[in-house]
Amino acid sequence: MTDNNPLLSVRGLRASAGDLDILNGVDLEVYAGEVHAIMGPNGSGKSTFANVLAGRPDYTVTAGKAIYDGEDLLSLEPEIRARMGVFLAFQYPVELPGVRAWQFLKAGVDARRVHNGEEEMSAREFQRLLDAKVKQVEIDPELVRRAVNEGFSGGEKKRNEILQMAVLEPRLALLDETDSGLDIDALRIVSDGVNKLRSEDNAMVLVTHYQRMLDYVRPDKVHVLLDGRIVRSGGPEMALELEEKGYDWIREEVGASE
Amino acid sequence: MTTRTISNHRYHEDHLALAAASPGPAWLADLRAAGWERFSELGFPTARRGNERWKYTAVAPISRVGFAYPQIGTAGSVGAPLVGAHEGRPYIPEDGWTIAQSAIPDGDDTIRQHLGSLAPMDDDGFTALNTAFLRDVAIVRVPDGADGPLAVHVNHGGLPGLDGEQQYARHPRTLILAGRNANLTVVETYTGPRGPRYFTNAVTEIVVGEGAAVDHYRLLDESPAAFHVGTTRVHQQRDSSFSSASFALGTELARNDFAVTLDGPGAFCSLNGLYYTGQGQHIDNLISIDHAQPHCTSRLNYKGILDGNSRAVFGGEVMVRRNAQKSDAQQTDKNLLLSEDAEVDSKPSLMIYADDVQCAHGATAGQIDAQTLFYLRSRGLDLETASRMLVQAFAREIVDTVKPETLRSYLESLFDRSIAVKSLPVVFAAP
Repeated sequence: MTDNNPLLSVRGLRASAGDLDILNGVDLEVYAGEVHAIMGPNGSGKSTFANVLAGRPDYTVTAGKAIYDGEDLLSLEPEIRARMGVFLAFQYPVELPGVRAWQFLKAGVDARRVHNGEEEMSAREFQRLLDAKVKQVEIDPELVRRAVNEGFSGGEKKRNEILQMAVLEPRLALLDETDSGLDIDALRIVSDGVNKLRSEDNAMVLVTHYQRMLDYVRPDKVHVLLDGRIVRSGGPEMALELEEKGYDWIREEVGASE
Repeated sequence: MTTRTISNHRYHEDHLALAAASPGPAWLADLRAAGWERFSELGFPTARRGNERWKYTAVAPISRVGFAYPQIGTAGSVGAPLVGAHEGRPYIPEDGWTIAQSAIPDGDDTIRQHLGSLAPMDDDGFTALNTAFLRDVAIVRVPDGADGPLAVHVNHGGLPGLDGEQQYARHPRTLILAGRNANLTVVETYTGPRGPRYFTNAVTEIVVGEGAAVDHYRLLDESPAAFHVGTTRVHQQRDSSFSSASFALGTELARNDFAVTLDGPGAFCSLNGLYYTGQGQHIDNLISIDHAQPHCTSRLNYKGILDGNSRAVFGGEVMVRRNAQKSDAQQTDKNLLLSEDAEVDSKPSLMIYADDVQCAHGATAGQIDAQTLFYLRSRGLDLETASRMLVQAFAREIVDTVKPETLRSYLESLFDRSIAVKSLPVVFAAP
């Protein structure tokens, strides 16, 4: 946090899917060490925001900039962003039948190491890393022996995203509704994982529909996204207020001020 | 359905020369003569007159060439060394395996009795032609109640008598007899020299005796310029188990005609397949399972990876006869298209005449979807690595059915090397 430059600086970001404009000028600054929560009703553009930053090819960026660690993030291929330390935890993690979790994760780790001019990990070294991370985020070791996400329950898939995050050690983690569809136990495990992984060197952006994950993970800042724009920013107390009062009052205020 | 072409004269001359040399016992000569007679009546099959068995594959590229029969080298091609006949690393079985030999013992009635019994030539020109050129037969035999497991490698690799630009035909024949309670693993490999085109016309007959368990693997790794027609006929007796995996790397034209008859209650078969075709290649799989008796189970799972403008045909025919109650049959065929120009015709079918059965079938063909690819890229994998990983994963389901470790890792690396994944065409769907 001593660094004066934000890790991520988003300015006037606009994006569309097909003919549909979804993001209409998003501004956001995230510093290392911070956890931000982005909240908003369905269809407000929260998921799109996270996915655009990760480089999902379904969206077209029509205006604006995102500077990550001094680089023009939006000009980079998704895999390059990942190698530079951007991680997206998927809202709907993809099942990869036949892809061994071990092979998948090691390929990701190695891609990043090679990008940074380091050598690929030895199998033994990677196994040690994986074992440690499995323990750290309290994942059933059995999940790592299976094909990636194949036949996993919704909760298992979300936990597996947290494990991947732990192994890949991102500097900027974007969690797209990682808390939705979880029972209390799974929510606690996922939240614990997030808390263990947050540090002074990295930053997290939690995209969420509900306040309940924020009972476990205390954000530094909370933003409200409405119609593709951040219309309110505040401290953690704002999440509670939103939970109580919903979004309509903000919509009215924003409408009134325009 | 007769196709008479100039090539038949070539076959006739070669058959007469073989008949004059008359290798093997007298009954074999009679069988050859009968084979020629039948072939001269049937000729090669055509797609005309509603011949569903050859609907999507034209035989003309084979029938119009006068492939020569290599008369010399009477030791035959069975078990011929692979070195020099194969571009890459040949398959070498682990220690303890037997290499099949090709001698037909004199006065052995069992061989005489079975040869041609499962693969009749009545209505199949290719089988008739193979029979007309019977000389070397790879024989794998486990007597009733034999002790311990047996593993055998049958390699049809050599093409003796190769010279210059002459195009040759070979007619490999394999007979596998697994007696009562036998425990047998057989690997059949078909390879050939890279160079002038040749034609492999293979016939394999397999009897799986009562209570016997046979694991069967078939690898087609011919020259890219080869034509290959393979006919496999399996007969299963009561409580027997037959697990098979057929692997095919692309050739210009390949046919895998594989039929199993479940002819005793409690029999089980599992037929898996993996095929890869590249630019200009064509493969036709026709897989039939006949539930002739009650309480039998069959599993049929084929997967194809198609690149370039290649074409694959899959015909799955599962028949459940009237008395075959409590039959349990499943069949699937899945295809992964690596190119916009590849094409697959997949026709799984069930003919059910019994009423108390469980049967299911399905077929798919598609490209790797954009969401999946993005998931891998978002973890740092570039497009090529991600595509390769997904193609390997697709193949792995079938490769993993291979039990002998040496063969499994051989196949894994053979397919990895053969499938040239650069990047895949991806259709981006709107979210």
